[in-house]
Amino acid sequence: MLLIHCPYCNQTLPEAEFTYAGEAHIARPSDPSSVSDEEWRDFLFIRTNVKGPHYERWRHFHGCGRYFNAVRDTVSDRFLITYKTDDPRPELSKLLEKSK
Amino acid sequence: MSSFRVSGRGRVDHTQPIQFTFDGKKIKGFKGDTVASALLANGIHLMGRSFKYHRPRGAVTAGSEEPNALVGTRRGPGRFEPNTRATVQEIWDGLQVNSQNRYPSLSFDIGAINDKAYMLFSAGFYYKTFMWPKSFWDKVYEPFIRAAAGLGVSPTEPDPDHYASRYLHTDVLIIGAGPAGLAAAVSAARAGSRVTLVDENPEAGGSLLSEPSAMIEDMPAWDWVAKTLAELKELGVKVMTRTTAIGYYHQNMVGLCEKLTDHLASPDGETPRERMWRVRAKQVVLAQGALEKPLVFDGNDRPGVMLAGSAQTYLNRYGVRVGNKAVIVTSHDSAWYAAFDLADAGTTIAAIMDTRAEPNGDLVAEATKRGIRIMAGHTVTGTEGRLRIKSVRVNPITGSSVGAAEVIGCDCLLMSGGWTPSLHLFSHTKGTLKWDEERQTFLPDHKAEECEIAGAGRGLWGIEAVLNDGAEMGAAAVKSLGKTSKAASYAVANDRPGTGVSHKELPTDLDAGKARAFVDYQNDVTAKDLRLAVREGMRSIEHVKRYTTNGMATDQGKMSNINGLNIASDALGVPQPKVGLTTFRPPYTPTTFGAFCGYHKGSHFEVTRKTPIDSWAEENGAAYEPVSLWRRAWYFPKDGEDMHAAVSRECRATRASVGIFDASTLGKIEVVGPDAVEFMNRMYTNPWTKLAPGRARYGLLLGDDGFIRDDGVIGRLADDRFHVTTTTGGAARVLNMMEDYLQTEWPDLDVWLTSTTEQWATIALNGPNARKVLEPFVEGLDMSDEAFPHMSVAECRVGGFPARLFRISFTGEVGFEVNVPAHAGRALWEMLFEAGKKYDICPYGTETMHVLRAEKGYIIVGQDTDGTVTPHDAGLSWAIGKMKPDFVGKRGLARPDLVAEGRKQLIGLLTEDGKTKLEEGAQIVLDPNQPKPMKMVGHVTSSYHSDAAGRPIAMALLEDGFNRMGETIYIPMPDRVIKATVTGTVFFDPEGARLKL
Ligand SMILES: [Zn+2]
Repeated sequence: MLLIHCPYCNQTLPEAEFTYAGEAHIARPSDPSSVSDEEWRDFLFIRTNVKGPHYERWRHFHGCGRYFNAVRDTVSDRFLITYKTDDPRPELSKLLEKSK
Repeated sequence: MSSFRVSGRGRVDHTQPIQFTFDGKKIKGFKGDTVASALLANGIHLMGRSFKYHRPRGAVTAGSEEPNALVGTRRGPGRFEPNTRATVQEIWDGLQVNSQNRYPSLSFDIGAINDKAYMLFSAGFYYKTFMWPKSFWDKVYEPFIRAAAGLGVSPTEPDPDHYASRYLHTDVLIIGAGPAGLAAAVSAARAGSRVTLVDENPEAGGSLLSEPSAMIEDMPAWDWVAKTLAELKELGVKVMTRTTAIGYYHQNMVGLCEKLTDHLASPDGETPRERMWRVRAKQVVLAQGALEKPLVFDGNDRPGVMLAGSAQTYLNRYGVRVGNKAVIVTSHDSAWYAAFDLADAGTTIAAIMDTRAEPNGDLVAEATKRGIRIMAGHTVTGTEGRLRIKSVRVNPITGSSVGAAEVIGCDCLLMSGGWTPSLHLFSHTKGTLKWDEERQTFLPDHKAEECEIAGAGRGLWGIEAVLNDGAEMGAAAVKSLGKTSKAASYAVANDRPGTGVSHKELPTDLDAGKARAFVDYQNDVTAKDLRLAVREGMRSIEHVKRYTTNGMATDQGKMSNINGLNIASDALGVPQPKVGLTTFRPPYTPTTFGAFCGYHKGSHFEVTRKTPIDSWAEENGAAYEPVSLWRRAWYFPKDGEDMHAAVSRECRATRASVGIFDASTLGKIEVVGPDAVEFMNRMYTNPWTKLAPGRARYGLLLGDDGFIRDDGVIGRLADDRFHVTTTTGGAARVLNMMEDYLQTEWPDLDVWLTSTTEQWATIALNGPNARKVLEPFVEGLDMSDEAFPHMSVAECRVGGFPARLFRISFTGEVGFEVNVPAHAGRALWEMLFEAGKKYDICPYGTETMHVLRAEKGYIIVGQDTDGTVTPHDAGLSWAIGKMKPDFVGKRGLARPDLVAEGRKQLIGLLTEDGKTKLEEGAQIVLDPNQPKPMKMVGHVTSSYHSDAAGRPIAMALLEDGFNRMGETIYIPMPDRVIKATVTGTVFFDPEGARLKL
């Protein structure tokens, strides 16, 4: 079972308290009616499905209830970072450097 | 006692005899014996038959890695366990042990015919021998294979034992209480860390228990173990024996299975049989030692052929000589010491054969001193003996040629092919391994977790080296916790260091293609099978493994891995590290389902949610159905009624007068805040701005893909407060979705969401007399049609309780839903029920609710929709606020596929004969005479007998359904084809006249 750091509670807690919530940084277009069918399709369905560091969302479901963002390596299942939803997307190169 | 027991020797208690049965025969042993050691003490080597060839087999090891000696153990009804390793199971008075996989008896087994037909069973036989003709599979091949092959038989009775599970947090978890683990524990505990030390054996000590002559710090090894355990106890170390670390998971979580009662003659009934520990350790020290490898030669599986180190363990730990006349064959120094111990205990050592041309001179001198014949540079090319080895065929090797054979008589053959570090748990962490050329084995390389590997696990050999390494690794573990520890330094006398070489199958002068040289004993895989797999094109070691099943038995290749690798590497002509190793996976040793289940069985398997009114339903004979995690009253049968009769009566009574229904399971979400109305406008399809406080509306929730997700009636209590209801199953999902949009897409909205599902009990009253029953209980509300029309909501008091009262209907009748605090639910229900008696009030369940709503064409999300249905498909276009600039799903509804012609649409179906009820889920076709496979154009979603319509009714999703009104469609069933007519979905009171008071 993973231990996950909730950036809102600022605590590292068992995975059982959290739920996965899909890829991160996929913003809903602010004016959906103005986007093309292709853009809307991409927003709904197209995901990176990376092997390696993956920007994704989690929810501290059985805790504070907040959604937050994370970078997790899908190969090692290791979290590189978790951060608040309104924090900027962290740069991967810096994260990888830090984890070494 | 038999001549194989050495009096006074070993750690068994010679003063405590114990009697158990093996295949019904009484066997005597001592307290501290395993089934295997007790059988060996009685001269019994034959303990089982092999999986595929039914070859006679004996214990080849003395530990949990045992592949052969699998037995069934029984302790009265329900307490039968197949595939128990005889080398691990401790004996107690009355234990019943049975051999497996033999018929009619262990010594005469009909299935052994497979052994003669071994050519049929070579690698990949599943894919070849039994392929053709296809019709033979069910009738001939499969029954034959099932009867012939297999391990123990599963028990059929429920398991009467209970199992526990616990969490444990510790600074340092040390796995393995041999010399390395004990020394590591001393280092870590002296530094003041919380230390947990676990071992799968009944007592700590590991290999030291088999080396009583070693002197550690001028103390006999066993005394040193006792002294060390006493110190660890003093230091507060948690020492857990009979506890196997089964898996090593992320962030230093280790699963431990602790066996608590399997060794007891009469468990107290209170203690769980096993306890699963989930340990979170800051540091882990893996001190699991090494496992001895067999040598691979023809007949290396005969009872009496055993690992040399195991024979040494049987002698020193259990006081059992495994034979009277032993031959040793080895490629490692360690087996020489086993020979010396046995010789000193009275076993004749007929010869020590070393595959190496020049064995260690000191060992040669020791052997010579004992008068043991030494055969250096020799190979074994065969064994004889039906149920027990009686001779071994040996040949000298000169260069690459095998010389003339000699046959040596013996009653046991003790082999050693060297030692493989136990790195299973390390591999669970995805720690990488590196091939060590000198030791010809894999050693730990890159670590993926906070752990240290100590002792034989990283290729060290000899007690002194291992003790000192353990001490240092224990110190290293606490150092990374910020503590300082000085590793103790241990001096060992009478140590037995040594080296060895590694082999593929041993060379032979006979036809290697006919050799029965086993690599994986449990799955009956031979060297020939591995070579055949390579010849037939398998290149990856993972393919070789699956094709031959090498390493796939319950021992997961603990003994066969490196031998298999050496042979595959030779056959492929590629060095071992390039071939690679197959993956080890948890659990380390077979683990019971009970240990994994723990407390989660019976009524604890899953929670059952009950409403505040559930107890009344139970007292009044309700039949129940599960709805998500809830149990809901399904119908209330009166004497002798079946479901159909009860539901018809409940429907009639409700439409005729009044019915009462427990709707408490409906999901409820309180949406509050200055931006509540804007939030509702964005979430739901409907417009909410103009909905006045005190009014309610049917709300429809879509996903951004445009498909229906949920629905429910929503009341506006105040400008800034909505009482949202959801489907029973959708409550958590809808709240999650609302939170997602609120937190991540519209954080600017000032809104709070609160689940109130369990705070309210909800009682629905429906029928022409519903108001008459309810009105006397209502305070603070004018219930006239003008003041409180259909689709109203009000806060008031009902029966003296604070209430939220809705006038809504899911039946087509005048309806009210009263929400009162959960604790008041049953009291109010009983008041209303008492008062309703003069109107023949009828309690009804979910089935009647379903029928009544279907008669009105009201959908149930998840039954009449399936995640691909749009509001238009469901006939709910009216629920869409077309003027709103945006809501979740609005853009999705404009997707090309969602506006295309010919989508499946929800329509009604009436069977042509007016009597046949369709089956929910049945497929619809337009032409029943078309060739198969027919084109299916839809399916029945809801189907009921309708008392109000006087006939069966149904709803269905049908391609282009709205354009097929009045058409006949067909529902093919196994026995006939049913004709039905496409209609609208409202089967009763289409004008809605009954909703008016
Ligand atoms: Zn949190």
